[in-house]
Amino acid sequence: MKVDRRSFLAFVLGGAAGTALTPLPWKITDDLAIWSQNWPWTPVPAKGETSYVTSTCALCPGGCGISVKKVAERVIKIAGLQGHPVNDGGLCILGAAGAQFLYGPTRIQTPIKKINGRWQKISWNDAITELAAKLKELRANGSAHTVACVSGTDRGTVPELLNRFLTVYGSPNFFRTPSIWDSYELALYLTQGTRSMTGFDIENADFVLSFGSGLIEGWGSPGYMFRAKAMLRENGGRMDQIEPRLSKTAAKSDHWIAINPGTEGALAFGLAHVIIKDKLYNRNFVDGFTTGLSGRFQGIIGGFPPEIVSKITGISAGTIVALAKDFASARKPLAICGQGQGHQPGNLQEFLAVHTLNALVGNINQPGGVWAIPEPDYIDWPELEMDGVASAGMQQQRVDGAGSNRYPNARYLLHNLPQVINASKESPVQVLFVAGANPAYSLQDTESVKKAFEKIPFVVSFSSYMDETAELADMVLPNHVFLERYEDVPAATGFPKPFIGLAQPAVEPLYNTQYTGDVIIQLAKALGHTIGAAFPWDDYVTCLEETLGDKWDPLVEEGYWVDAEYSGMDWADAFETDSAKFEFSNSEINMLADYSPLKPEGDEILYPLTLVPYDTMRLTCGYVGSPPFLIKSLEDTILQGKEVLVELNPETAGQLGLAEGKVVNLTTLKGSARVKVHLTNGIMPGLVALPRGLGHTAYDRFLAGRGVNYNQLSGPIADPASGHNAAWGIQAKITKA
Amino acid sequence: MSTDEKANGVSAEAVDAHSLAPSSKPPGPDDDTGNGAAIPIVLFFALGLIASLIVGWVVFPKVLYSQKRQPVDFNHVLHNEEVGDCDSCHFFREDGTFSGVPKLAQCIDCHEEVNGEDPEEAKFVNEYVAKAREVPWLIYSRQPQNVYFSHAAHVIMGKMECVTCHGHIGESESLKVYEENRISGYSRDIWGRNMAGFKRNTWDRMKMDDCSECHVKENVNQNSVQTHRGGCFVCHK
Repeated sequence: MKVDRRSFLAFVLGGAAGTALTPLPWKITDDLAIWSQNWPWTPVPAKGETSYVTSTCALCPGGCGISVKKVAERVIKIAGLQGHPVNDGGLCILGAAGAQFLYGPTRIQTPIKKINGRWQKISWNDAITELAAKLKELRANGSAHTVACVSGTDRGTVPELLNRFLTVYGSPNFFRTPSIWDSYELALYLTQGTRSMTGFDIENADFVLSFGSGLIEGWGSPGYMFRAKAMLRENGGRMDQIEPRLSKTAAKSDHWIAINPGTEGALAFGLAHVIIKDKLYNRNFVDGFTTGLSGRFQGIIGGFPPEIVSKITGISAGTIVALAKDFASARKPLAICGQGQGHQPGNLQEFLAVHTLNALVGNINQPGGVWAIPEPDYIDWPELEMDGVASAGMQQQRVDGAGSNRYPNARYLLHNLPQVINASKESPVQVLFVAGANPAYSLQDTESVKKAFEKIPFVVSFSSYMDETAELADMVLPNHVFLERYEDVPAATGFPKPFIGLAQPAVEPLYNTQYTGDVIIQLAKALGHTIGAAFPWDDYVTCLEETLGDKWDPLVEEGYWVDAEYSGMDWADAFETDSAKFEFSNSEINMLADYSPLKPEGDEILYPLTLVPYDTMRLTCGYVGSPPFLIKSLEDTILQGKEVLVELNPETAGQLGLAEGKVVNLTTLKGSARVKVHLTNGIMPGLVALPRGLGHTAYDRFLAGRGVNYNQLSGPIADPASGHNAAWGIQAKITKA
Repeated sequence: MSTDEKANGVSAEAVDAHSLAPSSKPPGPDDDTGNGAAIPIVLFFALGLIASLIVGWVVFPKVLYSQKRQPVDFNHVLHNEEVGDCDSCHFFREDGTFSGVPKLAQCIDCHEEVNGEDPEEAKFVNEYVAKAREVPWLIYSRQPQNVYFSHAAHVIMGKMECVTCHGHIGESESLKVYEENRISGYSRDIWGRNMAGFKRNTWDRMKMDDCSECHVKENVNQNSVQTHRGGCFVCHK
């Protein structure tokens, strides 16, 4: 018998017929269908019990309450907390994307140290021992004051622990990252004599006049501002937006008043001029509870009649007069300022002028007005015992010149630090701690910031992520992320009530990270003596619990504490100035440099355009980088692939011969970048608008290398009145790429 | 010359000539498949048939499913006597979701330390309880991810018994071998032990048709509660 072709075919046919009579073909088809509908590599949350953790979002200082949904031990969703005094169920896109900070790829998973330019893992013990030895040595050499710290805020237990450590160690060089709240604090201090936070009762106002504040673009507490703005509209209130660009806030306002950038202060003085001249101010308040209106203030105001203001601002005199009248005749008018999300402190005189408008209409500490909110007072730690070194160190001038004769009112001038370091032969900062901040990205003139950081012999970052600053650091001691830790959120920015939020761990720490507070406590104990004695707590959570005292239990339960009854102090008791009144002028205000619109850097002939930044709710610009969810949500008028778009008025584009989508070089004194042109009538002619928050070099592949960092193209300019960074733009030119 | 050709008594040359020139004799069925050739060809056909039947019914199921032992053996009878009915361990949570296979937290009340002499219990306590590791139980009844299934709808609202779908697992003294489908990754219990798909009991298989058979028989809502759409959307959201 021979196996030939026919027998083979017969065998195959028999096989086929037989196979059809077995479950094999049907079963394989079925299994493949199931497999292809449930790709095994698609991540699916583990099954388990659903639970919710009440917490506070700590991604920005907005203090929004959150409800963190978990299935088993996995965070799967973050939603706004219903009934929360700040956000009442609402949440911004960043907060909603919070889980990506927990599970994202850029987390630093263990303490690391840079050795010959390469990161190596070290143990927590070794890290703290090494750091303590370094600090001991500096202290012994009389250089205690060369240890500095940059923190995202100066309120709350962690920043206070850092500051306390520096103080008892002997250094005055604690820095808070700059923001509009620097200027607001000063405006309130100079006119009302109190060191307080500023709250805005927007929901009860009936006319909000915003000098460029991105009310729905991340200014103040986004959760509160969204809600308050919605209520303002619901109550029939009016909202006018004054800024050179048609922002989302401007688009949602009753009027968008386009103004020459940087001249907002002149308009505020102009409005005050009309209100005073026409005697439209609130007599009750101005006559009874203020002083100095007829002093130097009136002299300044006299210089801003509508015609002159019109020339400066580009707004017609008629509009200025009408606006002043509408504002003064509203029942509860409220003026607010600080550009965009409020990352730049701005011009102090402008803040004073805007605050003065509120005073003229008597809307200070009133429903629908601007409120002075007392600083949180729950941190009441034992008095420090200072040894000789600490006292001597604290006598030293701050490196940044804050509090000096030149800038007596400023408390922190972080933007000066890079300049000072770069100008010195040896860095005046020998060890720098960075906590809750990313100055290598968020400070202007990035190039010089990086240069300065490289000059500092030892930089320690407490970042949870490999951000630009952590990349430049010599040691990273990663903090838990906010979903893994307890932390007090001591206020909600711009919220008009005293408030404390508590971030609570939703999950156990995923990696070998530690509370920054614990690191400070351990470091202090390693240094011993008066320094160790200043930190009597076993660990940070104990410190937090003891510090919050009676408030701890309700905070753990509710996630927040609020003084709901607070309605602002009575005018009779509110002011702590010499006159116990609101002061339009006084010796300190009179000492300030006069207002004049700040000119942006750069020659107007070489750089005929003006580059201005703008903020969007879909991009972060501070410590945390935008997570992938935000980048995915960006409109294609902001980002196309890796290319950022700049907004240009068609008129300006016509003069330059540029069409929509054209790739060009955008150049300023500080640098140059490739951008794409987007034509829109929503930007004034002569301006180029660039979104803030892109152009990261660090973080993950979703964020790094996309777009351009505005801070890399611009530099800070000191406000002559306060010393804070008042730059609002920079001269630029566009050339074809 | 091959054996076949010899058997036919036709030389190779003749075959070639036959194929080149038209034959005077009209072609008939016996031409190529004379009785001598038919037997082997049928034989080969039968061989193929039998081989494929063996492969399809015997080899394939063995190859398709990998045999896995549960990490720890478990005696349902013993536990039923100690703690009561199914819902003592497989309970509904407060929010109506079903807990499924118990977590360590439930077992730990009794098994913080080794109670008996069973080596499986010792393994459970030493390997899992002491190390606070959840037991990676293999779940016989796990449906694919694209199936939406609610225990509450069936057990609480539909008042169904556990045994209707899960069989008499509650009466077992040890856990059977878990047969994992190498393609889909799910348990053999979904398709059923019988490869042909025959079943005698409701719990013998748990494929889509078995769900719909009962849904039709019990005349339950044929539309999805959430989307108000019919058919597929009841279970596939």
